[in-house]
Amino acid sequence: MSRHRVGTFWFAGTLVFALALMLVPLPAALEPFKPYWPALLLLYWALESEDRVSLGLAFAIGLAADLLSGVVLGEQALRLCALVFIALHFRSRLRFFPMWQQTLAVLALLLNDRVLLLVVRMLAGGSLPPASWWLSPLVGAALWPFLFLLLDDLRTRARIQ
Amino acid sequence: MARARDESSPLFAGNSAGTLRLIMYLALAMVLMVLDHRNGWLWRARYTAATVVEPIYRLAGLPSAGVRTLSVAFADRARLTEQNQRLREDLLLANAKLNRMAAVAEQNTRLKELLDTQHSLDLNVQLARVIGVDLGAYRYRLTLNVGARDGVGPGQPVIDAHGVLGQVREVLPTTATVMLITDPTHALPVVIERSGLRTVAYGSRDGGALTLPNIPLAADVKVGDHLLTSGLGGRFPPGFPVGEISAVAPAASGMFQEARATPAADIDRSDDVLLLHDLAELQGPPAPVTPVGPAADLAPTGDAPAAATSTRPPRAAPVSAPPAAASSTP
Repeated sequence: MSRHRVGTFWFAGTLVFALALMLVPLPAALEPFKPYWPALLLLYWALESEDRVSLGLAFAIGLAADLLSGVVLGEQALRLCALVFIALHFRSRLRFFPMWQQTLAVLALLLNDRVLLLVVRMLAGGSLPPASWWLSPLVGAALWPFLFLLLDDLRTRARIQ
Repeated sequence: MARARDESSPLFAGNSAGTLRLIMYLALAMVLMVLDHRNGWLWRARYTAATVVEPIYRLAGLPSAGVRTLSVAFADRARLTEQNQRLREDLLLANAKLNRMAAVAEQNTRLKELLDTQHSLDLNVQLARVIGVDLGAYRYRLTLNVGARDGVGPGQPVIDAHGVLGQVREVLPTTATVMLITDPTHALPVVIERSGLRTVAYGSRDGGALTLPNIPLAADVKVGDHLLTSGLGGRFPPGFPVGEISAVAPAASGMFQEARATPAADIDRSDDVLLLHDLAELQGPPAPVTPVGPAADLAPTGDAPAAATSTRPPRAAPVSAPPAAASSTP
């Protein structure tokens, strides 16, 4: 019972940590390289512990992210919902991919997320972002194997389900 | 680890219930976006959620604060000494200038008293620190560590040592969001220092610069001209440096000249900023004078109080017209 509770705390903690990481500023030169942390963490939990992650949770995390970053309410909720839906849909296959294939799949998901964001921004009357805007999914995908192995290792050490 | 696969995660086939829920959530998100875009609900929600949001801002601001502290802690002595020396020299120079200015300011005040205007050169300011928080899409925003509890209100001008930085847009209990003058939706009434031409400086989409899209073709504008706030609109006090013209060209329409300007303030590097507390004197037509009777000495019977009112010099009535909406178009 208490182990389960520790697991829940760890789960919630990583998500809050991802939201905080999203807000941490980087030097202007590194700014385009910043990965979309909430998406990466949600993806990890969607693949590893399906019963915790649902569309409702993705929606709630997205709303919290919107509230924190001050963008239009619902924008990140929409993106994260779409992301988690696709991840949960192909979960069984994604889990048994070798790491490089999984990384490619994550890259595709993050690119899809950027396209979705672009559509939303364009509908709201924004302008086209610079080319460096597309670097973030690449960085996110490059970080994915390390993030996945690190989180998995921490989880097995703490014996969290 | 082995879990019985239930029908919510089939190996190949999709399930319609999940799709339905997805559509529901997506629709909900879109409705929220449209409502928020139209009504600006988000800021009200943010204000209510401030108790949760603000600690997270502080938490997220910690790394940049830490980097700042570390860079001071590990800076070598020589550099600090050199910096200290430079600051001393700057201070000396500034003090010398200030002493000379004091006499001029004194004279100015006297002359203005003679003219019976109520301009003042005193600044009522409040120091604030910038919290390093990345607001994603809004690169034209800053977060400050003061808020409604410190007496900050929306619309207050924010300056740094070099010029105008922006204005307070949203206030939470202990933090405030500043809209920079380079925000594409920000407009600032300015005057060109050399020629006295009044115009409006907008932010630009590519960030980091100001655009002045409607300068008359015949107007005298040159690269290197300095821009000051004009005080029109009543949001910013007049006479603060805004920027320097960096390029002038005829607009595509051929009706106007278009200029670009670089902001005078250190938009990217300001750590400490000043919030101006007394809003600008409003410039505009004076409020209509309340009708009074004939002067007391013309009255048939002049008693003492009436005579006292007649000898008082005429004072300009405080202008109470609402500020024009020119200073910001959010």
